[in-house]
Amino acid sequence: MAVGPIAMMLMTSLKLNVDIMSDSSSLLFMPTLRNYETALCDFLWYEAPHIDYCDKTFGRALVNSLIIALVSTVLTLVIGCMAAYALVRFRFMGRDTVSLSTLAMRMVPPAVLLVPVFGIWTFQFQIDGTRAGIILVYVAMNLPFVIWILQSFIVQVPIQLEEAARMDGAGPFQVFFLVVLPLIKPGLAAAAIFTFRVAWNEFLLANALSDRNSRTVPVTIVNSITEFDIDWGVIMATGMLLAIPPIIFTFVASRQIITGMTAGAVKG
Amino acid sequence: MQSANVNRLTPYLFLAPAVLVMAVALLYPIGYMIYASFLDWNPSQRIGEADFVGLRNYINLLSDAAFRESFFVTVKFAAVVVTLEMVLGVGLAMLLDRNIRGMSMLRTLFILPMMIAPIVVGLMWRYMYHPSVGIFNRTLESLGLDPIPWLSDGDWAFASVVIADVWQWTPFIFILSLAALQSLPQSAMEASRIDGATGWQQIIYIKLPLMMPVLIVTLLLRLIDAFKVLEVILVLTNGGPGLSTEILSLRISRTASEFRELGEAAAMSNYLLILLVILTFAMFAYYKAIEQRAARLRKAAEESL
Repeated sequence: MAVGPIAMMLMTSLKLNVDIMSDSSSLLFMPTLRNYETALCDFLWYEAPHIDYCDKTFGRALVNSLIIALVSTVLTLVIGCMAAYALVRFRFMGRDTVSLSTLAMRMVPPAVLLVPVFGIWTFQFQIDGTRAGIILVYVAMNLPFVIWILQSFIVQVPIQLEEAARMDGAGPFQVFFLVVLPLIKPGLAAAAIFTFRVAWNEFLLANALSDRNSRTVPVTIVNSITEFDIDWGVIMATGMLLAIPPIIFTFVASRQIITGMTAGAVKG
Repeated sequence: MQSANVNRLTPYLFLAPAVLVMAVALLYPIGYMIYASFLDWNPSQRIGEADFVGLRNYINLLSDAAFRESFFVTVKFAAVVVTLEMVLGVGLAMLLDRNIRGMSMLRTLFILPMMIAPIVVGLMWRYMYHPSVGIFNRTLESLGLDPIPWLSDGDWAFASVVIADVWQWTPFIFILSLAALQSLPQSAMEASRIDGATGWQQIIYIKLPLMMPVLIVTLLLRLIDAFKVLEVILVLTNGGPGLSTEILSLRISRTASEFRELGEAAAMSNYLLILLVILTFAMFAYYKAIEQRAARLRKAAEESL
């Protein structure tokens, strides 16, 4: 059940439009990579015979998406990690405060941020249409969740280890980077996957903040859906390309994902 | 002396970047939105040039039939979707809570729909709902039945959107409740088995009550997220036909970009936010009440020993 529609998309992306429209059985067809060639035409190192005109929109969007997702993931992790550590170890706020504010932040739908972020980015910071602008929103959106998740992992690091390191003459930064970070790798993995997923998949804010040159893949996909005459083969190929990184993460790190998902609800 | 200073400053140094980013890109925009909701503002103006109109946006919205319709659609969507997903997810977890070979593989496959982009989810369901090439109508046709207007009839469109969301998010409930089930104390299960409880009795009197705290949190998280669904519906129906699937998030984004009424869009965002805050606090209070009752019962049980 869970994979059916995904398999369906994969199959469609490998079909020619003639096969998609034909009435015959949907399982028997000649797989072709043509749709992928059309989507990725500016990365091809060979000349694909069926392409007369190369539309570079998708290739550019893919590069943008990769840059935005990767940079915002790294930034969120670094900043979130430090904040989580400070909150746990130096305890000036209780865990309850953080959980509550995480929950509060989680309530804010991206649609609510749409108007103010558009206004501020355009008129005050003047970073609309740049990748940096999009990255800034994503980092802010993901931080509460990342801090929350990482906290639950940092709490489990025995304080004695840190004290021992301090005895040996390590400063607070050394303790953090050389002792704590290596111990919470599973938590970091979970947090990284969740952040990447949000940044990679998000549409609404990216749509409002990007211009022609900084568009991400979800934005181009929505732009290419018109009411009539959808080129299903190519659009399914682009959808598949957008879906591949999260699918790979899921297979590689399903345990971390489940930990991340359950950590919040089950541990409280 | 100096190192003591450094030590005292460290926590603030560690916190500063996070606080700064969230203040600039999260709290400031939210405050800005609350201010903007009192303005008559269109996207070509700077905010300083917009006229202050007090509560006019809020009052206009209350008498706007389209807004009320889309508010109603949002609440209906969230209620239907969350109910279906809770029943299916918890049911599945109960069914599959045993040592089956390949369980971890199954769980991995189950997470897939949540991980891929909502845009893509919308895309593949739109293809499957397609009136002539989609798999549903093809199957109906080959069975000799009439095709169904999945996305072009109001009621069917709502159902189609619900089905897509249930497909995407039931696994979330399933995974959380499975985790809760597997962390239940084995002693309680055994005791009830010895007392001769049937499978159903075990589920109703033991498993469900023990899982309750987790279930409530799960429900809350899912409910909040159900109000945020936007992309799937945008790709599937774009709110149509008519207003049958136009949830609030979608209406906010259309008010801002198509009707160019930023002030009204902000006021609408505020209504949505208020609704969510009320819901969350209600659930939170309920959760605390249940927790306290459990604590009281435990204490009473200990005293009677």
